[in-house]
Amino acid sequence: MHVMKRRALWMVNGALFIIVLLWTIPTIGLLVSSIRPRDDIQSSGWWTVVPHLGWVSTGEQRPLPEGQTRDQPITIDGVTATYDEWREGVDLGNGTRLVWVGTLRLGQLEVYRQEWTASTRFTLDNYGQVLAGREYEIRNTDGTTTMVQGDNLMGAFLNSLTVTIPATIIPILIAAFAAYGFSWMRFPGRRLLFIMVVALLVVPLQIALKPILTDYVSLKLNGTYLGIWLAHTGFGLPLATYLLYNYISGLPRELLESAFIDGASHFTVFVRLILPLSVPALASFAIFQFLWVWNDYLVSLIFLSLGNQDAQVLTMRIAALVGQRGQDWYLLTAAAFVSMVVPIVVFFALQRYFVRGLMAGSVKG
Amino acid sequence: MENIKTRSDDQFSIVELGLAALAVLATFAFLYGGFVFLRDSGISQILTALLAVVWGVGGVAALYYVGNLFIEKLPHNWTVRLQPFLFVGPAVALLAWYLAVPTVRTFALSLYNANSTEFIGLKNYQAVFTERIMLEALSNNLLWMIVGTTLTVGFGLLIAILADRSGFEKTAKSLIFLPMAISMVGAGVIWKFIFDFNPNIGLVNAAVVGLGGEQQAWLSLVQPWNNLFLIIVMVWLQTGYAMVLISAAIKGIPDELLEAARVDGAGEVLIFLRIIVPNIAGTLLTVITTVVIFTLKIFDVVMVMTGGQFGTEVIGVRFYREMWTNGNAGYGSAIAIVLLIAVVPVMIYNLREFSKRRAF
Amino acid sequence: MKRVLILALAAAVLLSLMGVSMVGAQASGCPEGLFSMMSAELESACSGELAGTVVTMFGPFTDEDEVKFNTSVAEFEGWTGIDIQYTGTKEFEAVVRPTVESGAAPDIIDFPQPGLLKGLVDGGYVIDTDTFLNAEWMQQNYLQSWLDMARIGDISAGIWARFNAKSLVWYPKAAFEAAGYAVPTTWEELIALSDQIVADGGAPWCVGIESGAATGWPATDWMEEFMLRTTSLENYDNWSFPADAASRLPFTSPEVKAAAEQLGALWFAENYVMGGRQAIAGTFFGDAPRPMFDNPPGCYMHKQGNFITSFFPEGAVAGEDYSVFYLPGIDPAYGSPFLVAGDIYAMFNDRPEVRAVMDFFTRGESLKAWLATGGALSPHNDTPLEWYGSELEREIASLVAGATSVRFDGSDLQPGAVGAGSFWKGMTDWISGTVDLDTALAEIDAAWPTE
Repeated sequence: MHVMKRRALWMVNGALFIIVLLWTIPTIGLLVSSIRPRDDIQSSGWWTVVPHLGWVSTGEQRPLPEGQTRDQPITIDGVTATYDEWREGVDLGNGTRLVWVGTLRLGQLEVYRQEWTASTRFTLDNYGQVLAGREYEIRNTDGTTTMVQGDNLMGAFLNSLTVTIPATIIPILIAAFAAYGFSWMRFPGRRLLFIMVVALLVVPLQIALKPILTDYVSLKLNGTYLGIWLAHTGFGLPLATYLLYNYISGLPRELLESAFIDGASHFTVFVRLILPLSVPALASFAIFQFLWVWNDYLVSLIFLSLGNQDAQVLTMRIAALVGQRGQDWYLLTAAAFVSMVVPIVVFFALQRYFVRGLMAGSVKG
Repeated sequence: MENIKTRSDDQFSIVELGLAALAVLATFAFLYGGFVFLRDSGISQILTALLAVVWGVGGVAALYYVGNLFIEKLPHNWTVRLQPFLFVGPAVALLAWYLAVPTVRTFALSLYNANSTEFIGLKNYQAVFTERIMLEALSNNLLWMIVGTTLTVGFGLLIAILADRSGFEKTAKSLIFLPMAISMVGAGVIWKFIFDFNPNIGLVNAAVVGLGGEQQAWLSLVQPWNNLFLIIVMVWLQTGYAMVLISAAIKGIPDELLEAARVDGAGEVLIFLRIIVPNIAGTLLTVITTVVIFTLKIFDVVMVMTGGQFGTEVIGVRFYREMWTNGNAGYGSAIAIVLLIAVVPVMIYNLREFSKRRAF
Repeated sequence: MKRVLILALAAAVLLSLMGVSMVGAQASGCPEGLFSMMSAELESACSGELAGTVVTMFGPFTDEDEVKFNTSVAEFEGWTGIDIQYTGTKEFEAVVRPTVESGAAPDIIDFPQPGLLKGLVDGGYVIDTDTFLNAEWMQQNYLQSWLDMARIGDISAGIWARFNAKSLVWYPKAAFEAAGYAVPTTWEELIALSDQIVADGGAPWCVGIESGAATGWPATDWMEEFMLRTTSLENYDNWSFPADAASRLPFTSPEVKAAAEQLGALWFAENYVMGGRQAIAGTFFGDAPRPMFDNPPGCYMHKQGNFITSFFPEGAVAGEDYSVFYLPGIDPAYGSPFLVAGDIYAMFNDRPEVRAVMDFFTRGESLKAWLATGGALSPHNDTPLEWYGSELEREIASLVAGATSVRFDGSDLQPGAVGAGSFWKGMTDWISGTVDLDTALAEIDAAWPTE
């Protein structure tokens, strides 16, 4: 392995560190917000959890000079400012600041002092509500109240897994077969069919929702897992085939030739040689497809949940959490992290397949 | 597996063929039975989920296996003729059903009026290219395509190369990838904390006010820059995609090649231009193509953040609104077809590149 | 190979033979004399004849409202043994049309926007409720304007199940009174109060129209308030829900423009709205009222529907920290109109149990538990004020009752292309200064579908 110059390594690490930091700040904001109470989230920035010098009210009031009218600029300790400026706060030096609190007619000047502060109210309540379901106080017609526990995430979580795992593996399998067929087999219509596959990359899936749902209703596929897997497969296939074709068609032909000389059939070559060699490409696509399906809302809603009330996926539960008008949007902070756990695990599990030199042994020259 | 290890060239046997055909039928029957069972049974959710996963994934694999078994039992020249269709057939059939046929149907609808009762020729297309809001969407999409693709692929490439040489590759890549795992609703909240008008919620306005500036409604009134802020959100979300693919390609470059160049005294810039770029050209083309298409189809970022208001309209949002909220099937379809046509040049370029490669 | 085959076949047969057995539901029967003038189907449901049947529903309310809905129908389910299954989604507007048109419609759909329902009525998917509901009962239990608004095309397309009140101005009661302000009862008083607040160095109003994909809708509500207060009811009806193309009052008419100009005069007046244009365009409608609860308040008045209380800070108490008054009329000639919005239930599959459930929803009883918990108002005449669980909602209900006229949210009545499309967009373009008022109004109007 080449040893990089120390200075170069520093530069690489430094540059990368800055990029990664910038990339992560928004997520850190979400993480911090997710453990803050609702009123704090909506009234002070998440960055205020970091200790900082801020102005804190001492509770003291500063009377106006004798005979001062309120609509004229006010002079205190030699500092003159207008009402609007006092409202913003004016520094008197010596670490104090006067702020006008209240209306012009009735307000007064309050003394603020600079101190180290931090917003340190933290809670796991948001996570509790997301995971265990929210509690609603229902008032009964006889005046008593009962607490009703909303749905927890468990069922939706299982549904999401049931939808996502096959909806990831099935298109990969079908696309890998197709990519192999397009790359290494000769048959009439090959070029035309391939153009069709690639051209369909651009089709927005929304145009297909209505005709497919109509088909599903007559085939009784709506509301079934098979229906949703096939839908995700159909919508994911263009990209899967395109990506895998790119990889599989780029494999060295000597490799396949030697296998055929040994008398292997296409099926054997595909299963024993191509699939293992394509693991990096398969793993990359698996991650993306997994993420798209996991985070999908529209396709699951139309093909699964409308026909089967119990089969709600995670994204639906989470979207429902915020209420009809979005009044509880602060819960999304915690919910976003909860729903991220599985994709991140999948990413870590598959990351190890992107290893250097996987091809090195097989490529000669 | 033993019986398919070698090609059974001329050893055609009608009995084996019959058995194989039976196996195909049995697999179908079994899968159908499983489907009906899973749909109607009242067993516990965990069990259903587990069975469904095994049934679905195993079923598809089994279909390919028995299908191939049957084809290989056929006389050899039939095997050769039919085998390609076993490989590409299922993909083509599914694509035809889910995307190709609806596309053709969409094209037909685009020549009709709102509720598809009257043929109006190209009138919808004329509207697409003359309406102020559609023109705004088209020019915004151009911006998305150029700026969005450049930034996404550029950052993806930069990070992949830096990470490859850095001391914390896995951590860095995971953190860049992280946003991809966030659902769009989550991302909406994340960026609310960045761009919100209220300096007690939005980080940017807090910084601006802290530095003595005036708070701004970044996503609505700072036009036309608000488009750029939305593009940043997309870049933040999608760079992980470019990075993963490019990184995998870089790792595919044989070490010996890089070593040889370094021994020859080539600098890193030269190595990047002369060795890395040519070696990952195929992957770069793939990534650029998919990101271009993604930016042309861009929908959810705009829908969630601004709903296409304040001069941020894009084709995807217009299409969605015309098709679904407005029920204007003709006009909505025309927009979708325009989108399709816009990508044709990219596709032609791709196909040319493909045909340069030699296949069997 | 053969063994695998046999096993597979056996398993296939086994699996196909497995089925599920349904457990019969119990019905206890409706309380004697609770419902009068019942339809035949409700009568048979009440006697338990429809026990074990299922009615599926689909609508936009989720989570908390879903719990409230389920609570409010629970008793009825017990009486009749009919299982009402509700699915809610946040993407309601997007999926309702493809669902119905592809033949997958549930039995009943809850439409918060009658404009969306119109397209489906035109497609012939909706069942006329006149065919089975007792007309005399409907006349007795609903104000005529509700029945009129349910008439779409030539049929009675649904029944009004809930509504919420819009013409409400919220104010931070404690700070408001401490500053010596009084609740205005006329438009002149409202403007005088606004000027007074400005003179005192405060901002009278807080406005925010950002709402993600639906950005702009709060602006359309404001427009409707001004339309109701500056022109006749007839003009408002012809603008929002015209009987035919000839009688439609277009957005480009002087009446609509005058209303918009009045709105602009209020919104864009110096210091009237906290943060000015920027804040109007950039603030999430739910965050907009929060400055009222700051000390000192960032603003003193916020116009929004009764649902807005769920966005107020935790622990803010109605009647102490905040209260509400009616947004007064402008021109005495047009009285004191009240703007409302609401949910209409439409029926898509005609079965006895669906008819019975629809009839149930025409009765205040179907909302009793919801009213007790809060968050909805009842359009039914047989709902006594005592059913409301909170003083505030009782007060709002009586404010509505005291209005000289009640009109429905115009943007919800207009076709989706306008009411949930160009109207939003035109307002935001105008507010952000992208286009002038005339262009904005012309573009809104251009989206009105031609029949």
